[in-house]
Amino acid sequence: MRPLYIAGKKISIEKDPISTKTPWWMTVIAVVLALVFCAGFMLLNGNNPITVFSKMFSGAFGSLYGLSETLLKAIPLMLCGLGVAIAYRISVWNIGAEGQFVMGAIAATSITIYYPGMGAFSSITLMLLAGFIAGALWALLVAICRSYFDVNEVICSLMLNYIAILFLSFLVFEPWKDPNGFNFPGTAIFSSSQKLPALDDLRLHLGFLIALAAILLYAVLVKFTHWGYQLRLLSANANAARYAGMNVKRQIIIVLMISGGLAGIAGMVEVSGVTHRLSQGVTSGYGYTAIIVAWLARLNPIGIVISSILCGAVIVGGYSVQLIGLPASMALMIQGAILFFVIGGEVFSQYRIRVETISPKKNEQTSSSKVEVL
Amino acid sequence: MEIFSMDIMQLLIIASISAATPLLLATLGGILSERAGIINLGIEGMMLIGAVCAYIVSIYTDSEWLAIIFSLLGGSALGALLAFLCITLRSNQIVAGLGITLFATGLSSYLGKSFGGSQPQTQIPNLDIPWLDNIPFFGEIFSHLNWMVWISFFIAIVLYVAIFKTRWGLHLRALGDGPAAADNAGVNVYRYQYLMTIIGAALCGLAGATLILVYTPSWNDGLTSGRGWIAVALVIFSRWHPINAIFCAILFGLFETLGFKVQLYYADIPPYFLKMMPYLTTIVVLMWVGWRNKNKPNGQPISLGKTYIREQRG
Repeated sequence: MRPLYIAGKKISIEKDPISTKTPWWMTVIAVVLALVFCAGFMLLNGNNPITVFSKMFSGAFGSLYGLSETLLKAIPLMLCGLGVAIAYRISVWNIGAEGQFVMGAIAATSITIYYPGMGAFSSITLMLLAGFIAGALWALLVAICRSYFDVNEVICSLMLNYIAILFLSFLVFEPWKDPNGFNFPGTAIFSSSQKLPALDDLRLHLGFLIALAAILLYAVLVKFTHWGYQLRLLSANANAARYAGMNVKRQIIIVLMISGGLAGIAGMVEVSGVTHRLSQGVTSGYGYTAIIVAWLARLNPIGIVISSILCGAVIVGGYSVQLIGLPASMALMIQGAILFFVIGGEVFSQYRIRVETISPKKNEQTSSSKVEVL
Repeated sequence: MEIFSMDIMQLLIIASISAATPLLLATLGGILSERAGIINLGIEGMMLIGAVCAYIVSIYTDSEWLAIIFSLLGGSALGALLAFLCITLRSNQIVAGLGITLFATGLSSYLGKSFGGSQPQTQIPNLDIPWLDNIPFFGEIFSHLNWMVWISFFIAIVLYVAIFKTRWGLHLRALGDGPAAADNAGVNVYRYQYLMTIIGAALCGLAGATLILVYTPSWNDGLTSGRGWIAVALVIFSRWHPINAIFCAILFGLFETLGFKVQLYYADIPPYFLKMMPYLTTIVVLMWVGWRNKNKPNGQPISLGKTYIREQRG
């Protein structure tokens, strides 16, 4: 590209092949562009995008209740997003968070069904444990397929999603159906000791702190432990890790189990904190949105908190536009668009703008007196 | 047992072939783009968009052929987007494909919602070949199949000839295995990759159209119910070979139909487990393929999924 000469300065765009960092504002631009892109489709369908977006925004942030709903949606997204982010760091494409979430929810519910009448602390702890284990085991299936049978984990984890959801349907329609539920496909409502404590008048519950704690724990583990060092090495250069004698297969299995376990906890938190019963509607695509959450955050733990709140807001906003007759699935469309604007924007992080001052006497440029990195 | 009588067998085979058609078209689409080195995980989304385009156009125009043309256009638009992301912007192909699928799932249900459950106005007709009825078993099977079945077989054969018997196909295979070498030999790598991704995506769109115009009578959200992902698996199972794809697709069509049939005869098995059949078989088949091909080449294009950067070729 030809350089620009403005006021004695030479401005050129050059390639910076080693740069892998993307500045945060690039993500913001990507999100804005994605919204503009979706606005195009809304116009095509005869809706005014400004009305739609303002409706969505006020629905998600406009009131205390809306804000609490947004944070509520952010909880499972944070947990699932963290889970898939860990796997993506070592290039294991776990898109089975949805199924692992469902299995976690099922396992947590099984505690309420088979061990009713325990105290609040013990039943919540057991449910959390059950959720984690179920999610981890469901992900272990993916890990076995990937490590020992060379099966593409994308397909495998996705097929397991469908199987988990069908299993959920079976449970809520047949053996676990609430006998006093007027034929509603769902289990009986949990007792108060099986529910996560929530804020007064709002639905925001303890799960928010659980999710934040998980993220903090992950950040600490990765930064300060031996295991975290191995994980970072594996994500930076898998071959180097292999030559250094690291057991890559084992690491993949551990990471996938943690990944699935986090999604399982998300499932437990959702049944125990929000729906208070197991029903088909327990999953509404959190596992898929988690992929976007993770990528939007560039797999960074702190970023996951922010991006899951953003995606939560899009979901809640999607509900509020239902009032003006638009489908809530618009949220998925917006999230998908955000994802590919974000990944599309990554290529630009390889470029930087170089600003050089041209010395007027010699009429040739001094050696990069000032380089501004984009 | 009655389930294995002649008529039932024929019906079963016919149903399997019908169920296989969308799978086959989508698999062929996947084979095309993967032969050029681009992983297409957007197949599910492209099928959904193809289906919704066909659905809307058939409601507006009453013409099944126009509906098919628009499903091709819808699919290829997404294909162009995928190609732009993967080839020009050099994004991660897996994430790009997932993004396409997520976006298309949302977009298709957004577009389909406004027509609230109305039926598509047209169906693709069957192709009657009366003289085949004279051949006892197989003739009767093939005499009244849908047009789309024949079209999908035809496309598979055309692709086989194109990929394995022409100069163009040689270029395509070369560039899937070693884009740098192909480039040095004078093949325009990026143009091939763009073209193959877009044509492949158009086939996925056609698969979606088949689903709505032949197979399922009305639109509902997530109409494809994972068939796009099964197609991704079939690409691997068929070893990236169009003719194998026909048989693999029919085998999976059989698994899908068997679920329904078994349910008719054994009502006490909960339907949820029978519905799991296609997904379970996909995993089992892939495990079997992986086990069999342990430490052996499995037919996968060598540079599949690796972004080709011309400036950095060796």
